[in-house]
Amino acid sequence: MRHETPRLILLLLPAGIFFTAFFLLPLSRLFAIGGSGADGFAAYAAIVTDRNYFASLLSTLALAAATTAATLVISGISGVFLQRSRFPGNAILVAMLTFPLAFPGVVIGFMVIMLAGRQGLIGEIALRLTGEKIVFAYSMAGLFMGYVYFSVPRTILTVMAAAEKLDPKLEEAARSLGASTWQVVRDVIIPGLKPAFISAGAICFATAVGAFGTAFTLATRINVLPMVIYTEFTLQANIATAAALSFVLGAVTWVVLAAARTAAGSSVAAAG
Amino acid sequence: MTEGFKPIAITLENCGKTFADGTRALHPLTLEIAASETIVFLGPSGCGKTTTLRIIAGLETPDPGGRVLFDGEDVTALPIERRRVGMVFQSYALFPNMSVAENVGYGLRVRRVAGAEAAGRVAEMLAMMRIEALADRRIDQLSGGQRQRVALARALAVRPRVLLMDEPLTALDAKLRDALRLEIDELLRRLGITAIYVTHDQAEAMALGDRIVVMDHGRVAQVGKPRDIYQRPSTRFVADFIGTMNRINGTVRDGAFVTAAGAIPWREAPPGASEALFRPEDVTLDDTAEAHLRGRLTAAFFLGDRTRLFIDVGMEKPLVTETGARRDFTHDEPIGLRIDPRGLMAL
Repeated sequence: MRHETPRLILLLLPAGIFFTAFFLLPLSRLFAIGGSGADGFAAYAAIVTDRNYFASLLSTLALAAATTAATLVISGISGVFLQRSRFPGNAILVAMLTFPLAFPGVVIGFMVIMLAGRQGLIGEIALRLTGEKIVFAYSMAGLFMGYVYFSVPRTILTVMAAAEKLDPKLEEAARSLGASTWQVVRDVIIPGLKPAFISAGAICFATAVGAFGTAFTLATRINVLPMVIYTEFTLQANIATAAALSFVLGAVTWVVLAAARTAAGSSVAAAG
Repeated sequence: MTEGFKPIAITLENCGKTFADGTRALHPLTLEIAASETIVFLGPSGCGKTTTLRIIAGLETPDPGGRVLFDGEDVTALPIERRRVGMVFQSYALFPNMSVAENVGYGLRVRRVAGAEAAGRVAEMLAMMRIEALADRRIDQLSGGQRQRVALARALAVRPRVLLMDEPLTALDAKLRDALRLEIDELLRRLGITAIYVTHDQAEAMALGDRIVVMDHGRVAQVGKPRDIYQRPSTRFVADFIGTMNRINGTVRDGAFVTAAGAIPWREAPPGASEALFRPEDVTLDDTAEAHLRGRLTAAFFLGDRTRLFIDVGMEKPLVTETGARRDFTHDEPIGLRIDPRGLMAL
């Protein structure tokens, strides 16, 4: 047994070096830079005390949460439907759905503008119908649309993979006991898909918190944290604040993902 | 403690099933199942037995023209959730996100049975299946046998009008299968519930069924009591599928069936029969000159309480018999056989 320890250390070495070089060192450097400004480490408090920063943190989290919720609802319904229904063109539709995965954020922002911008499709149609132009591309609503558009394909694929593994006998058993369609969804399908929902939702949330390209394309005045960091860094040259905000952004996302993973862990165990 | 079960009669009228791709899973079938009867659908995989069960359950609709009646009431258009049937699956199909007690109580919950009454019924079912100690366990903490008990308790908790079981013992190991088979048999007799049981295992079918429906390629091959099906199979398929059947070719001549290996006295032989069939238990070893058939031993399996012998008489397959004789058998030794004429059949 005593010979085990050196061997274990040796085996852990590659992971340790990687972790140190690409995670520990940059992060501690970032953390240090965050405290190197005029206010010292009080810069970290600014994210809560500064009304602008705090508002952008809250709106970033709210946007990410709303994106995640909308994505899960849309992907849950369509994922199960696409997995269960066989119709002509099914495979092509699924293949097309994965298209947005290939687009960078800039392109998605561009598409949102084409749909809901000043010359956009929605605006044109609204103008014809009501005489009023509806434009929401350059706001939180536009960003929300872009993020959902980007997140749905990936989540649908995860849900489809999970839906394929659902045991149809469970649904038949529930129905034989008198469960209505809605009760089957509530008691069998959603619990069965829960691990997939949690892992896909966590990725969706993290992506929405950190995404930058789409926000940058739509407008510079959208108040989300990645945009604030960009502004502080490049326009104001306020490097310490930018670093502090970056660190907090990363930490908050990490906490949310860790919480999701813990929840998923217990549900996976329950699914045995 | 187990009152409240009102057994019903079930009638299937011309129930056929053709799937969307054109495969005929079931040819139109008409069958009367009496209240409190246990019917076993028996056959190899793909014979249509599960499809029939699913039509009775309401998980499949029969082809146009087919009707399912519960005590005379036409339930063909009723979906399963409104038929009040209990179902037990080979894979147990227990809800992994619920405890044992929650699984058993699920049917009562979705039927909005009041809390106290539901709790009482769950306790009663757990006691009936002797799994009270497992009430709070998670499903993944249970063995296969325990899972199937929970599945039975869950199916019976809603007081179903009929209990439908689809290969409920197939996933269990042999010893447990025998024990649970006995328990299911006792349970069905005690509750007096109408029960429909699907299996590919003829021993299970013989043990549990009041009547057996033998199926083959989507058609009913024979319906009857286990003894009738065993002793008087109506087709070659049934004869081969249930138990072991010996066959030997020959001709009927002067009240005997004459084969290349010898002659078997058979007064009631149907004229023109070219093949005689008989079960291993109708064969006895006979070393004397009066032996009906003579052959050579090709294999002997010692099974403890008996020895299973395979005897080559020049037919396509060796004849099979079993003996309790306390002696060793050697390969290729000459064997004389006597056949009980009461066991002889021609198909």
